[in-house]
Amino acid sequence: MTTTTSRQAHASDGGRKAGGSKRGLRPANPRSALNPRYLPYGLLLPAMIVIGGLLLYPLVQMIQMSFQKVGLREIRGYPAESVGVGNYQKIVESDLFWAALRNTVIFALIAVTLTLVIGTLVGLLLNKLGKKMSTLVVIGSMLAWATPAISSAIIFRWLFDDRNGVANWVLNLLPDFLSQALFGRSDWSGFVWFLEPAPLYTVLILCVVWQSFPFIAVSVLAGLKSISSALYEAARVDGATAWRIFWKITFPLLRPVFSVLLVLSIIWDFKVFTQLHTLAGGVATRDAFNLSLYSYAEAFSAPPKMGIGSAIAVVLTLILLAVTFVYVRQMVRQEELR
Amino acid sequence: MNPALRARLGRVGLNAAGIVVFLAAIFPVFWMVSTSFKSEADISSLELRPLPTEPTLEHFAGIFTEGVAGHSIWLYLGNSLIVALSTVVVGAVLALLASVAVARFKFRFRATFLVLLLIVQMVPAEALGISLFLMAKRAGLYNEILGLVVINVGLTLPFAIWMLRNFVAAVPRELEEAAAIDGATRFRTFWQVLFPLVAPGLVATSIFSFIAAWNEFFFALVLMQDDTKYTMPIALRYFFGRNTTDWGSIMAASTVMTIPVVIFFLLVQRRMVSGLVAGAVKG
Repeated sequence: MTTTTSRQAHASDGGRKAGGSKRGLRPANPRSALNPRYLPYGLLLPAMIVIGGLLLYPLVQMIQMSFQKVGLREIRGYPAESVGVGNYQKIVESDLFWAALRNTVIFALIAVTLTLVIGTLVGLLLNKLGKKMSTLVVIGSMLAWATPAISSAIIFRWLFDDRNGVANWVLNLLPDFLSQALFGRSDWSGFVWFLEPAPLYTVLILCVVWQSFPFIAVSVLAGLKSISSALYEAARVDGATAWRIFWKITFPLLRPVFSVLLVLSIIWDFKVFTQLHTLAGGVATRDAFNLSLYSYAEAFSAPPKMGIGSAIAVVLTLILLAVTFVYVRQMVRQEELR
Repeated sequence: MNPALRARLGRVGLNAAGIVVFLAAIFPVFWMVSTSFKSEADISSLELRPLPTEPTLEHFAGIFTEGVAGHSIWLYLGNSLIVALSTVVVGAVLALLASVAVARFKFRFRATFLVLLLIVQMVPAEALGISLFLMAKRAGLYNEILGLVVINVGLTLPFAIWMLRNFVAAVPRELEEAAAIDGATRFRTFWQVLFPLVAPGLVATSIFSFIAAWNEFFFALVLMQDDTKYTMPIALRYFFGRNTTDWGSIMAASTVMTIPVVIFFLLVQRRMVSGLVAGAVKG
């Protein structure tokens, strides 16, 4: 890291000289945007305008609106009135908010755990497989990863269809006593998965885990390739078990990879919208809301309550930024920003 | 058990596990494609038929002629293509300029900008939906494809810069210094030395942005009112909402939407991983 930094410093000195005198004929105008002192700002300006206008300003506006009443009148352009913390008070008093928060957190906990465990196992497997076999598994996983969220949600609606879905058909094959013991029912013909939150979220978890384990697997594999095989040989000579090798060598060495993957997974799973909106069939099943669907339902169903929707979005954003803080600190600590 | 037999059994076990993972991963996609070629009799049959017994193209014919959300699927593929390509072109220029600034210059606020980039990537786009909806409405971009393009550029830019700066940083500075010593202007150095070397990275980044814009669901749902302006995801969602039992056609439409993404994806997946976990793996 230190070598890169000094090389950069040296090179930008060189660049400054080249910009000042090498061009010879036309001395650089000190105020020109091409002056190396201002050039980086000039290059950044368009991106900053886009990021500022489309991400930062809306963020500020969202916070502002969460303290205002924003209904149909205000959407048409009338100035919005402040309601203080009224919106927050309303959502905290609503059962729907607590149900949505609970759904969001429980779903994220289960989906993130499953994704990380399955993804890591597949990553470890890929590392052990021969070249042909591992290419096959990687390509298969890529298919799952590449499928658009909307397509995957619709496919899972079809797989779990009450009449002709594969899932009910397979579940019917289970011996009755086993099915009864595991799920409390033996006849799955015509079972509807998308009316109650529990079965709905079961399908959602399967759908999301199916799509997100490949990223974890491929990332873990990339990490594993960077670990020297001498370490493993030494451990094996000492008679260590696979379980012990994982926790004593692999995990500590890949800790940075795992923490980034954990944070990214939490971020993705906390705000899952497309799949839930599709599986739940819009905003009709209110007790299956998570925070993003709840915010959307308040803001975009008639009558629109955008102030309340913003307050919910602020809560979601705060939770995510708290998690992000860990990620940013991790990146900064690794001097990735140099 | 002797060690050789044990090793062989271990290998068989690993390969079996590999096949199980492969099958589980491809099954939903396989089922989508298979269903799209099945006749109604196969789809509603009580026994399980993994493959179509009498393959048919009627569902594909239907979505191209009768259409999905009131119009042929061509219209929606076209809308999505316009949105995704415009996003890519605008985004690539902005990301290239910004990533050169970040990877090639030292200036005040550089670290601040990078931290900002990281943080804005984490803000859920759905949370910004309400503000962006109102902004689009006031700017006259509600129900306009242009509005969707603008928003998609904003959503994809932070990650594009984050990814592209690694490619710019990987080009040895000495090449540019040599060009400068030979008297090339800054612009020429950029265009003839740096740009060709960064081009593969730019392609990878662009494909990533393309996929993101092609799949974007939330803003298209919130902003697009006319069924002539739907993008593919919204048309598919609408189609599915209206014809919940016509699974053959729904799966055919879904297949048509998925294939371009899968092809692009296979081209860039390696780079996407390195972009997302950059630093963490390098340690």
